Amino acid sequence: MTSSPPANDVLLDVQGLEKRFHTRNGDVAAISDVSFTVRRGTIVGLVGESGSGKTTAARCILRLVEPSGGRAIYDGTDLFALSDRDMNAYRRRLQIVFQDPYSSLNPRMRVDGIIAEALEAGGVPRRQHQDRIADLLTQVGLSPDHSRRFPHEFSGGQRQRIGIARALAVGPELIVADEPVSALDVSVQAQILNLIQDLQQQHQLSMLFIAHDLSVVQYLCDDVVVMYLGRVMERGSSRAIYAAPRHPYTRALLSSTPVPDPDARTDRIVLKGDIPSPLAPPSGCVFRTRCPHAIAACAQVVPPLEAVGPDQFVACIRHNELSPSASRSNA
Amino acid sequence: MNAPATPSALVTQPGVLALLLRRPTAMIGLVIIVVIALLAIFAPLIAPIPPGKLSVVHRLTPPGPIWFFGTDEFGRDIFSRTLYAGRLSLLVGACVVAIATVLGLVLGLLAGFFRRLDTPLARIIDALMAFPDVLLAIALVAALGPSLLTIIITLGLVYAPRLARIVRASTLVIRELPFVEAARALGVPAWKIILRHVLRNLTSPILVQSTFIFAHAMLAEASLSFLGVGVSPEVPTWGTMIASGRQYVGQADWTILFPGLAIVLSVLSLQMIGDGLRDLLDPKLRGQM
Repeated sequence: MTSSPPANDVLLDVQGLEKRFHTRNGDVAAISDVSFTVRRGTIVGLVGESGSGKTTAARCILRLVEPSGGRAIYDGTDLFALSDRDMNAYRRRLQIVFQDPYSSLNPRMRVDGIIAEALEAGGVPRRQHQDRIADLLTQVGLSPDHSRRFPHEFSGGQRQRIGIARALAVGPELIVADEPVSALDVSVQAQILNLIQDLQQQHQLSMLFIAHDLSVVQYLCDDVVVMYLGRVMERGSSRAIYAAPRHPYTRALLSSTPVPDPDARTDRIVLKGDIPSPLAPPSGCVFRTRCPHAIAACAQVVPPLEAVGPDQFVACIRHNELSPSASRSNA
Repeated sequence: MNAPATPSALVTQPGVLALLLRRPTAMIGLVIIVVIALLAIFAPLIAPIPPGKLSVVHRLTPPGPIWFFGTDEFGRDIFSRTLYAGRLSLLVGACVVAIATVLGLVLGLLAGFFRRLDTPLARIIDALMAFPDVLLAIALVAALGPSLLTIIITLGLVYAPRLARIVRASTLVIRELPFVEAARALGVPAWKIILRHVLRNLTSPILVQSTFIFAHAMLAEASLSFLGVGVSPEVPTWGTMIASGRQYVGQADWTILFPGLAIVLSVLSLQMIGDGLRDLLDPKLRGQM
């Protein structure tokens, strides 16, 4: 990512986030000890395959599901310690764009109704609604004429634009984008990504960008957090991680990203099997069952996140032995 | 981005009528019930003889040019009485649907949307559903005393749990949809989420269930009247007409034939509409027809 963060101050500081779900088969730790920060005006990518807890982590931060532990310090206030009523005062500052552009818009409401609901929640006086709706629709690349239509009259990409307009309506500082393009056609993905990037720069937004596609994250994000089975495997600046991924899981993810260069030599690391059930997570390092470098010691302790560079942290007991150069040579 | 081809004026979701046109059986049902409703509503204009007029000389006269449906044991015109009875049956049906829908919505929305209320409310709903409906109605009428109002309130209470169950189940699904989460993320208060997002998406299941409740309520009212726990016997309802004609079935079968047919036709037509709506509005069944 090329744009440098305008300021270094932290807007959101997530510390030791935990989420357990109670099920008939016992408690499931969906997220364990997840920590990361989002600086003002930057985009942080949250990556990992399905079931890694990315979405749950984001929903906890927004208090759409109640976290089981940890803190989320937002601009000096712990969101998790707020009452529901106090949290409502913060809701207009943190917004979310959903993955599925179909179910994220009420099929029975017209576009202007959908955006007006957000404006109303954001305290915009009713007489300004029409102008604001037209303005927001224009900002996301739609026409004000679209405001009287129903969601089903739009394509997936257009619907996602409506979802973005709704999130912007309250003037948020931080937007959680939960895989906003993964449900779209490839041809439309780039348009929406460009829109998100433009709006982010225009409004000086901070962003938590959830994705499973690392090439998207590389293009968009300042920092990256790699999750696996509810834990952070590696995090740091995009630059550092893409140049020299240190965790075997990050390497496997990166090696699975197609490179648009037929001559580029890539040694694909193919992970065997599926992500284990969170009902019975492996002891020690949760990734060891699929890790090509796992040794007996990996089953003994949960590896702590250790600094391996100024902007890079990795949770692997063998990160020193595994040479950084074993990764893709596109640094 | 390609703009949608349909002009926005034409686009709203297809109306109920347009949907019904695609289902012939439902359409036939709709025509029958509309005719019955019109006949009942305009009964004072259509009925050739006042429904209460006695003509003992002509008692138990078979259907003919003067008495289309014949006369009953007091010489009253069965055609006129059947029309007038329809007003009462439709009134009872409509009022019961209104009461059951409002009550069922409140119970179902509360149970479905607020997790804490779900267990106690769902138990109450299930318990009420466990009673046979006519039996429960008889017990309630016995306790409250027979009158038209009692019947309406009673049947409303009897059918409310059916609607509540459907509303609860649908609410449980809708509550978890991303557009509801989006509203929560905006800080929209729960009551507004319920009205704007949940209720609006409940219209299809409510419509289907209300149609069935309408049919059941008309049938139940006839049963109660027949059993003598409904309105007083001199008020013409299809149920009371069958009850009094029952004694003369051997010599004058027309006394129960026509009110009976009226019940069958209205209940059948409502069921046909309900079935058609359910098939049309259920995406899982769509395309299997």
